[in-house]
Amino acid sequence: MKKFERFEGVVAPLDRANVDTDLIIPKQFLKSIKRTGFGVNLFDELRYLDEGQPGQDCSQRPLNNEFVLNQPRYQGAQVLLARRNFGCGSSREHAPWALEDFGFKVVIAPSFADIFYNNAFKNGILLVTLAEEEVDRLFAEVEANEGYQLDVDLEHQRVITPSGEILEFDVDEFRKHCLLNGLDDIGITLQDEEAIRSFEAKHRQQRPWLFRQPA
Amino acid sequence: MSGQTLYDKLWNQHLVKQRDDGTALIYIDRQLLHEVTSPQAFEGLRLANRKPWRLDANLATPDHNVPTTVKERAEGNSGIKDPVSLIQVQTLDDNCLEYGIEEFKINDPRQGIVHVVGPEQGATLPGMTVVCGDSHTATHGAFGALAHGIGTSEVEHVLATQCLLAQKMKNMQVRVEGELGLGVTAKDVVLAIIGKIGTAGGTGYAIEFAGSAIESLSMEGRMTVCNMAIEAGARVGLIAVDDTTINYLGERPFAPTAQQWEAAVADWRQLVSDADAHFDKVVTLKAEEIEPQVSWGTSPEMVTGISGQVPDPKAALDETVQRSHARALEYMGLQANQKITDIRLDKVFIGSCTNSRIEDLREAAKVAKGNKVADSIKLAMVVPGSGLVKRQAEAEGLDKIFIEAGFEWREPGCSMCLAMNADKLGAGEHCASTSNRNFEGRQGYGGRTHLVSPAMAAAAAIAGHFVDVRTLPANDATHAQEA
Repeated sequence: MKKFERFEGVVAPLDRANVDTDLIIPKQFLKSIKRTGFGVNLFDELRYLDEGQPGQDCSQRPLNNEFVLNQPRYQGAQVLLARRNFGCGSSREHAPWALEDFGFKVVIAPSFADIFYNNAFKNGILLVTLAEEEVDRLFAEVEANEGYQLDVDLEHQRVITPSGEILEFDVDEFRKHCLLNGLDDIGITLQDEEAIRSFEAKHRQQRPWLFRQPA
Repeated sequence: MSGQTLYDKLWNQHLVKQRDDGTALIYIDRQLLHEVTSPQAFEGLRLANRKPWRLDANLATPDHNVPTTVKERAEGNSGIKDPVSLIQVQTLDDNCLEYGIEEFKINDPRQGIVHVVGPEQGATLPGMTVVCGDSHTATHGAFGALAHGIGTSEVEHVLATQCLLAQKMKNMQVRVEGELGLGVTAKDVVLAIIGKIGTAGGTGYAIEFAGSAIESLSMEGRMTVCNMAIEAGARVGLIAVDDTTINYLGERPFAPTAQQWEAAVADWRQLVSDADAHFDKVVTLKAEEIEPQVSWGTSPEMVTGISGQVPDPKAALDETVQRSHARALEYMGLQANQKITDIRLDKVFIGSCTNSRIEDLREAAKVAKGNKVADSIKLAMVVPGSGLVKRQAEAEGLDKIFIEAGFEWREPGCSMCLAMNADKLGAGEHCASTSNRNFEGRQGYGGRTHLVSPAMAAAAAIAGHFVDVRTLPANDATHAQEA
């Protein structure tokens, strides 16, 4: 995982509540056995006017010009501004893989679904939870100002608007640490190998039926 | 100090290490694997030169991509016509073979939807922690097990460390008190709950379902309820252990041996919330007020009773909701204030990890018996949850009832719940579906899903539009729940 560094990026507004992971990346693209290459199919059903197929050359497909990510002013966006309960539905990690592959580093919303929240951080995507009023205000500012960028500073847990307004956010210490240092969870957990082994031995002794295999 | 909730107990029994930063390592007893969310996890292990921590904690089966037609299934993996799907299923086979993980392959009679297979085998037990790279893993909480749906990075993490990195959730209790009316099933209960608390109502919580109406449910019904906890935003759904749980488990292949049985049962009896346990949030529903449910929109919270109507978006209180209702109506091709019973259907799907167990098929068969699928229905299909469910249904003659009524009787798999195989809706088609999600495009590009119970789906197949199962002649659906 890459280290998450402070950056300023163009913001794209996706004005829709309860964006589910089926919408972020439709099921036909889940057949891939790779982690990469999902970006061209991010929001496939909103982005294109036809039904997408895995492996297809998307440059030839008809675009939905109404869709925010197809509008010239939002090209190169790295921050996605969204509404409440973003990422609800399935546990598919293909959703953050698609967001990341497309170029998003941050999603800002009033709330996120639990599994998506975990999956995003494990792929280096920062999710920023702000109050509903703050998100409303950002939507208004983004739509009113072409080229609107936010300065995202994870270390100090704040985003800074072009006018200098500072919006602070909470993030748990462990996730922040992993993102800032680009750390791999498994490596960290395996530092506790002894603790896991001793727990397992005790657990097996107390509840042997949990370890049983059919004859 | 107050007592512990069921969730607190399960958490404490599996806590390997609590870290200062608020995260914890939780030991995982069982991991279920399927073809869609595991290939990248195995690849990750390989790249890092790591081995699975404990092989026998894992059980695998392909379910999402498998064809459900008899002809294709007879050919095994080579019956999978989509080459990309085929690679995914073969990759699961290869990974299980390479690492030595037990797998029920495509034509093993024990193959099926992971969330049907685990409990059926006794591979899900009370007091276990269960994970799977699938959000409907909450299903297993019906056994008083702590079951989490996880992402692929977490699948890899559990393979490598036998632990999940987690933060303790808050406790919510959803009580359903009273007696369910005839023709009202577990599916209607959980849809009514989601309608009440919303798709984000359970975010950050482990939900324990309780109350006399929940206690009266069979294990199949309890699994249906816990299955859809995620549709209320909760990663974890739970139901306390009682006689119903214990009676279900005896003699299943992975269940405790005779020597272990009494100690296990004594331990399982403790898996209930203490009388003085503290819940951060409690929601109560009256069973008598729940009628058969039908979803009208593109989110499971967009649901109403069969006697209701499609809402008018303008009536919603907040602007975000108004817009999402308006968009849902447009996508669904429905009018504000249209009666639910006036919604005409093109296809009917009975199956999925929510409703493909034997009891579900019995309920649907009772309605189908002696009737015919309406001419206007292009396809009505019944997809059993596993090879063993299929076998049981055939032993009871349910397959004949369905076939005579004009339903297709298929082979087990996830099928049209998410349409990763060939079973799909066409654009604009309305489907009465016993699955769990009505998201845009979920069952096929442009498809329109209405979530219902198995009895309601069968009744809709026969009428060609939604009907209230409670109004059907006696001996049909009204007695379905007594099965």
